[in-house]
Amino acid sequence: MSRAHDFPAAARAALADAQLRANLRGATHTIRARRAAAVAELPDFEGLREQARRVKDDALDHLDELLARFEAAATAAGAQVHHAADAGAANAFVAAIARDHGVTELVKTKSLATDEIGLDAALAATGVEAVETDLAELIVQLAGDTASHILVPAVHYSRGQVRDLFLRTIARGRELSDDPRELAEVSRVYLRERFLRAGMGVTGANAGVAETGTVCVVENEGNGRMCTTLPSVLVTVMGIEKVVATLDDLALLLRLLPRSATGERMSSYVSLLTGITPGDGPREYHIVLLDNGRRDALADPVGRQALRCIRCSACLNVCPVYTRVGGHAYGSIYPGPIGAILTPQLWGMERHAELPFASSLCGACAEVCPVGIDIPEVLLHLRARAVREQAPAAEKVVYGAAAWAFGAPRRFAAAQKAVRAAERPLARRGLVRRLPGPLAGWTEGRDLRPVARETFREWWARERGSEERPGRCREKPPVREEKAP
Amino acid sequence: MNSRRGEAVVAGFAERLALQHVEVRRVAADAVAAAVAGVCAELGVRRLGVPPALPEPWRPAGVDVVEDHGLAPAELDTLDAALTGCTLAIAETGSLVLAAGPDDGRRALSLVPDVYICVVREDQIEPDLPAAMPRIAGVVRDSGHPVVIVSGPSATSDIELHRVEGVHGPRRLVVLLVGPG
Amino acid sequence: MKIALFITCVADTLFPETGIAVVRVLERLGHEVVFPAGQTCCGQMHVNSGYRDDALRLARRFVDVLGRDDGVDAVVSPSSSCVGWVRELLPGVAREAGDERLAADAEALGGRLFELSELLVRRLGVEDVGAAYPRRVTLHPTCHSQRVARIGDAPQRLLAKVKGLELLELPEATECCGFGGTFSIKNAAVSLAMLEDKCRNILATGADVVTAVDPSCLLHIGGGLSRLAPAAPGGPGPAVRAVHLAQILAAEAGA
Repeated sequence: MSRAHDFPAAARAALADAQLRANLRGATHTIRARRAAAVAELPDFEGLREQARRVKDDALDHLDELLARFEAAATAAGAQVHHAADAGAANAFVAAIARDHGVTELVKTKSLATDEIGLDAALAATGVEAVETDLAELIVQLAGDTASHILVPAVHYSRGQVRDLFLRTIARGRELSDDPRELAEVSRVYLRERFLRAGMGVTGANAGVAETGTVCVVENEGNGRMCTTLPSVLVTVMGIEKVVATLDDLALLLRLLPRSATGERMSSYVSLLTGITPGDGPREYHIVLLDNGRRDALADPVGRQALRCIRCSACLNVCPVYTRVGGHAYGSIYPGPIGAILTPQLWGMERHAELPFASSLCGACAEVCPVGIDIPEVLLHLRARAVREQAPAAEKVVYGAAAWAFGAPRRFAAAQKAVRAAERPLARRGLVRRLPGPLAGWTEGRDLRPVARETFREWWARERGSEERPGRCREKPPVREEKAP
Repeated sequence: MNSRRGEAVVAGFAERLALQHVEVRRVAADAVAAAVAGVCAELGVRRLGVPPALPEPWRPAGVDVVEDHGLAPAELDTLDAALTGCTLAIAETGSLVLAAGPDDGRRALSLVPDVYICVVREDQIEPDLPAAMPRIAGVVRDSGHPVVIVSGPSATSDIELHRVEGVHGPRRLVVLLVGPG
Repeated sequence: MKIALFITCVADTLFPETGIAVVRVLERLGHEVVFPAGQTCCGQMHVNSGYRDDALRLARRFVDVLGRDDGVDAVVSPSSSCVGWVRELLPGVAREAGDERLAADAEALGGRLFELSELLVRRLGVEDVGAAYPRRVTLHPTCHSQRVARIGDAPQRLLAKVKGLELLELPEATECCGFGGTFSIKNAAVSLAMLEDKCRNILATGADVVTAVDPSCLLHIGGGLSRLAPAAPGGPGPAVRAVHLAQILAAEAGA
């Protein structure tokens, strides 16, 4: 069994990488400004996202029915629909299709669902090379790396790093500057060859429309169009939560997704693919509907709202934690605020119990989510699950003790006095500069005010009298005024 | 049809295209072929791919006009440009909608050649996506044809968020905006 | 009005001067302040750490003590995060746990529970509380005050009427300071990275004082300023002080 991911340690390591921090800060601050401008153009963003929330919730509430309708419509239009309960099943379907057509090299678009199931590695094991055609995914693939952002997977690379990578791989022996235009041109030439000769294309889906069995692919580079138009065999891997009821529902999402993701009114290309059309595009179309933990998330009445996600990444770009540590620290293909609530629900709290705590609960994410996911609410909900399922015994003792101390005012006052006494030897000129044990994290970068010489309730009891009898203390007894209860 | 053909919508469309780095030329209805010839001359286009049903009055002289009767990808790659019409256009987002209309052509035609010229009549422009959707939905529901909504040249911002235009789709996009005949 | 003070466990223990200031401000305005000494903690710390059952027990106790119908017109607190928890989040959490009675009681209390600045500006309709504080001050608008309790610009309105006070705009004001409860210890490295940026922005304003409506954020920011920009080399004690809004409002000419 895999070890639990250690977010605090991974985050600490990421923070030490100055280049990464600079790359992240530059990229995320740029996108968030663009997003804000694009959303500000909408006359009623709040109204639109409330509508989108309802569209998504309705779809989740009727998921089986919609998936059945989607399958029937897609099949009637000439597609073949497969159901994959998990990553292994999905990979097996795709590998089998490649094998049936004698395909040894295929082209694929950026698809988090395929990253999630490790499709590239699974295909490689059967002798099929999956060429990533999204520029960022190509960079990540050539580097043997993993994506660190939902929308711009190579955001952790500077242009110089990309140049060096290309010089080691697809542009060996050439002269190359670090100008992004030139680098994009290198990838364009490299990939164009592959588009023109590929026998099979693999994509993800931004949405699936139940009424017509339509798959929607949204992109800017044109690689999606290449993959869905030129090869004679096409496969789409779609998470089951991507299905919506109608084309009108899709139109609503299309008004929100490009603005929330890249800060544009519309992405360069939106493709609506409905089965097969002889003479235009692939002769064979397979749609793999992927579960892989989604039904587990659906079963949680509070947590399931995470499945509304349309993968815009707006939450990542405003998150004070993500923008400082990047995606790898989360140990999941889904990082940032959405990742913190989706990952443990899809793949278990056992390995990911720390993710719901990788947040200061600032709420910036919920402010920008175009489908109204209340991420802080789900974080709190999952923290309770983590404590029930995974909390270390020592921690439970501490919180239990605190709850006991808070359970009655006399106990609370006694605890205040006890801490005050214990702190006395630690304070230097009125401040505690080093706390012991697990509390050392506080004083790593902060001084701590000690417990006040006279707490507020002690002051009130002394100055104003108190409803309750004072406990024994060294200070002079409080003046007891008769006050109305 | 649910469209407002006001000059504001047309102007908005042209403005939006320009902002999204699509070249717009306003053309009289009887001058389309000449305009196409002009674009081809400027861009050095010698072989121009067109859908078989492309109207005759749009076909330019002085250029090798190649009808796309199912050209293979490698053959499409030998074309310098593609010329099609569209099913409709969208002003707010500066979009062309290719939805299996007679002049729209196969998707591969408007994808592979490096230059894409699209003829848009003013009366085809809808103000926004919600207004355009009933027609788009109609195509999908009735025929199941693929639909592509094109809103600019291809682009990527994957390297340091620095926007680079012209990746895999056509790097040059020219819209000929045709006024009422 | 008769106003009950919900001091919060943090202010009670570490910032009694904040509570004393709240009392002084309200009494100066002619209100009667009472302190139900049975209060301890509202449960926010436990719910934020995932100890939901404990949190609801503490919340039940809290709602009983502060929700007593004994002629109290309003309950005021110097902590927007505690107010936000009780008023905005507790009902939903209680309901989800099947405790409809606690949810209803929390909602009833929530209707008359206010953070200090929103009590003054929205409930009492007062912006000039007769304060004088001739210092250069910058305001950190805490996440919970803006996104949970949603007190809006009440603090700014009050600060604008303080005699002699120069209010300086804080760069990147809406960025979280990095406290986040036990996040500050469990994820100390990230918390400190956020704190450094916040302190840097505060120092860039040239202010003498940073203020806020949450004692826990001030504890964290003050602790950071003390370490990052000590008044004297080797510290302790910061060059820029973290002072609760209540203390500024309580300050009078000559003080």
